[in-house]
Amino acid sequence: MSNKIKMATRNMSFYYGDFKAIEGITLEFSENQVTALIGPSGCGKSTFLRSLNRMNDIIPGTRVEGDVFLDGENIYASGMDMVEIRKRVGMVFQKPNPFPKTIFNDVAYGLRVNGVKNKSELQDRVEASLKAAAIWDEVKDRLNESALSLSGGQQQRLCIARALAIGPEVLLLDEPCSALDPIATQKIEELIRELKKNYTIIIVTHNMQQAARVSDVTAFFYMGRLIEVNKTEIMFTKPSIKQTEDYITGRFG
Amino acid sequence: MEKAKKRHIREYLIEKWFLFLATISIIILGLIVVFLFKEGLPIFKTVSVGEFLFGQLWYPTDEPADFGILSIIVGSLVVTGISSMIAVPLGVLSAIYISEIAGPGVKEILKPVVELLAALPSVVIGFFGMVVMAPFFQKVFNIPTGLNIVNASLMLAMMAVPTISSLTEDAIHAVRRELREASLALGATQWETISRVIVPASLSGICTAIILGMSRAIGETMVVLMVAGGAATIPESIFDSVRPMPASIAAEMAETPFRSDHYHALFAIGIVLFITTFLFNLIADYISQKYKQVGTATL
Amino acid sequence: MESRKKRKLIEGMAFGVIRLSTVIICLALAIMLGFILVNGYKAINWTFLTEPPMDAMTKGGIFPAIVGTFYLTLGAITIAFPLGVASAIYLSEYAREGKMVRLIRIGINNLAGVPSVVFGLFGLGLFVVFLGFGSSILSGSLTLGFLILPVIIGASEEALKAVPQTYREASLALGGTRWQTIYRVVLPAALPGILTGSILGIGRAAGETAPIMFTAAAFYTTKLPSSVFDEVMALPYHIYVLATAGTHIDETRHLQYGTALVLIAFVLGINLVAIIIRTRIRRKQTY
Repeated sequence: MSNKIKMATRNMSFYYGDFKAIEGITLEFSENQVTALIGPSGCGKSTFLRSLNRMNDIIPGTRVEGDVFLDGENIYASGMDMVEIRKRVGMVFQKPNPFPKTIFNDVAYGLRVNGVKNKSELQDRVEASLKAAAIWDEVKDRLNESALSLSGGQQQRLCIARALAIGPEVLLLDEPCSALDPIATQKIEELIRELKKNYTIIIVTHNMQQAARVSDVTAFFYMGRLIEVNKTEIMFTKPSIKQTEDYITGRFG
Repeated sequence: MEKAKKRHIREYLIEKWFLFLATISIIILGLIVVFLFKEGLPIFKTVSVGEFLFGQLWYPTDEPADFGILSIIVGSLVVTGISSMIAVPLGVLSAIYISEIAGPGVKEILKPVVELLAALPSVVIGFFGMVVMAPFFQKVFNIPTGLNIVNASLMLAMMAVPTISSLTEDAIHAVRRELREASLALGATQWETISRVIVPASLSGICTAIILGMSRAIGETMVVLMVAGGAATIPESIFDSVRPMPASIAAEMAETPFRSDHYHALFAIGIVLFITTFLFNLIADYISQKYKQVGTATL
Repeated sequence: MESRKKRKLIEGMAFGVIRLSTVIICLALAIMLGFILVNGYKAINWTFLTEPPMDAMTKGGIFPAIVGTFYLTLGAITIAFPLGVASAIYLSEYAREGKMVRLIRIGINNLAGVPSVVFGLFGLGLFVVFLGFGSSILSGSLTLGFLILPVIIGASEEALKAVPQTYREASLALGGTRWQTIYRVVLPAALPGILTGSILGIGRAAGETAPIMFTAAAFYTTKLPSSVFDEVMALPYHIYVLATAGTHIDETRHLQYGTALVLIAFVLGINLVAIIIRTRIRRKQTY
């Protein structure tokens, strides 16, 4: 596995006011791989994830130190365009959050705000995204119904389709299954394995079985620090640091 | 990148445009001050500030005219004071009932009742005081006129109650549930929980509510104009008539020559009224800021 | 055991007083509405609603006053709605807590506390005299518009704040700009709440008397307004005039009650509609 490095952080720290939530994290993410970020609640894994597409910028009083690279370019450098970054680094949230629009308009939203007006192009790309998110068959006959009428699992796949529609290179998933039942979860996991052929995927999860099932690389966070990172099968069988082992075997967290 | 730059400029301009529009309230407040002073200050070429505020005689149309508004200020203070004595207990207690005691069904009826009371136009309340309450008072107490301090205070209280009630309810609502549960779990009765835990915890909000209610009463025009009787003298009994500040302005402005001394004097009363309510509001604002609860619940 | 009994007794008495207060408020509202309804409905008929006053306002109807109040209210909301919603958008979507926001909030709070008669003086000084609009629909609408501005801002801000943060995040994460997010996602979601607040503002504007006394209201005119620079009659002012300034105060009592009933029906009707819409929104809101 010697894939190209798609994203990387170098000595990145994050502050909420005076509180240092993340301390000096250096981590690399390879193309076409799934990287899982695990750790107990409050360890900073979600904050870290949200720093990768500058979503934390909208929270007042926060601050980033260090560098985050996308294809070797520092996304926090001055003059970088946040909108452009978020187009290239898509994100799916913990709770499915479709807009109160129709299914079609929900997926088309990202395209429209990015200036796609042509109707047939919109239709093609919405269909392609829904297919890529493995939800096309379930919704193709009800594209004009409200997105809120879908089940939780369908809503989450819709949100993935919505993120895919604008053609991102990286996909950030913030505990995408925590609000879903086991069957819906299984569908999303299958989808993740499928999607990694085309995307670089970073997923935050507190479900260790999920990390073991879907990821190629696992990183363990604790108290705002990166404790250990390794290939998933090694992490879950022979972790080299005691804290990791304790967490994985369920001794704390 | 050219596109990104354009977008940035556009977004920046939009934000600043909204900031500008948001300052409109300050601008209007500023304009109110400017025009009150512009039209009101000239009276102080004729009388001194001291004579104006503490002079007992208000004969604005006599030759020479007297521009002393002490009786008018006293009139305002008296009706505001008495109406607060009525409105504060009614407002606060009803808020306690709505938020702590009433069941959900009763609550759904009571909240609109308070809102509808708030929505009643003041001229209608004044009208009611005039045609229903005044003859009633006249008969029951055998007094020369029912248009007096008691009647005006009662009607004013009806205007202040909804303000006090709904703001108090907000304040009580903000008390965290854990506090309530903790008190009940320690064996306190519901009343003990209300009087020793909930009311103290929401005291600053309740104070704000009372101040804003009083501020509403002092500035209310139509009720005092129609019901207070209109005598510009210092009252000796609660059945006397008075002429509070808003009533003087409203009653006399129509009949006064443009930019006469009288006209300027009415604007000057407006200044006094404005400063009074402004101070009330600042105090309310100060209290609610200072005691703003930290944490999950806010006022 | 004794002390427990005593505590229960105290609680009973306290609750009694509290219940009584609430009953008094309900009674007060019921009595006021009752009197006006009972005495007013007799005056109301088609002529009353569609004819101008006649015979020195001792007979006839209130049509010009209805029209006047309609225009004044329409004008007020036309001015207050865009300004109020824009202010709320800034406060809710752009502003970060700081001196500027603090100042704006103090401005809004104090504007909300300015007595209505002072608004009247302000309108007289600025619009009627300084800008030369005279006593007119325009002057009255501007004065009323600024009076209800804080109502609109408050309601709109509340509605915007109730839009879940996740909607904003979702839009931003899809490469939407701030303005696109507000315009395409936040505003549509907040619209019902904003409209409810504006309806309440309309009700407030329709019922105010003191601000229009010196800025717009005519004592008597049978002529309907032909431009925004015309004076108009208005329902609240008409009640005041009939009840205090006529020469036949007692003979026109039924007209006074009738006018009051029309005004109340309009204002309370508007408020009821707003309350019902709001309850519906709250039930429907799953977020």
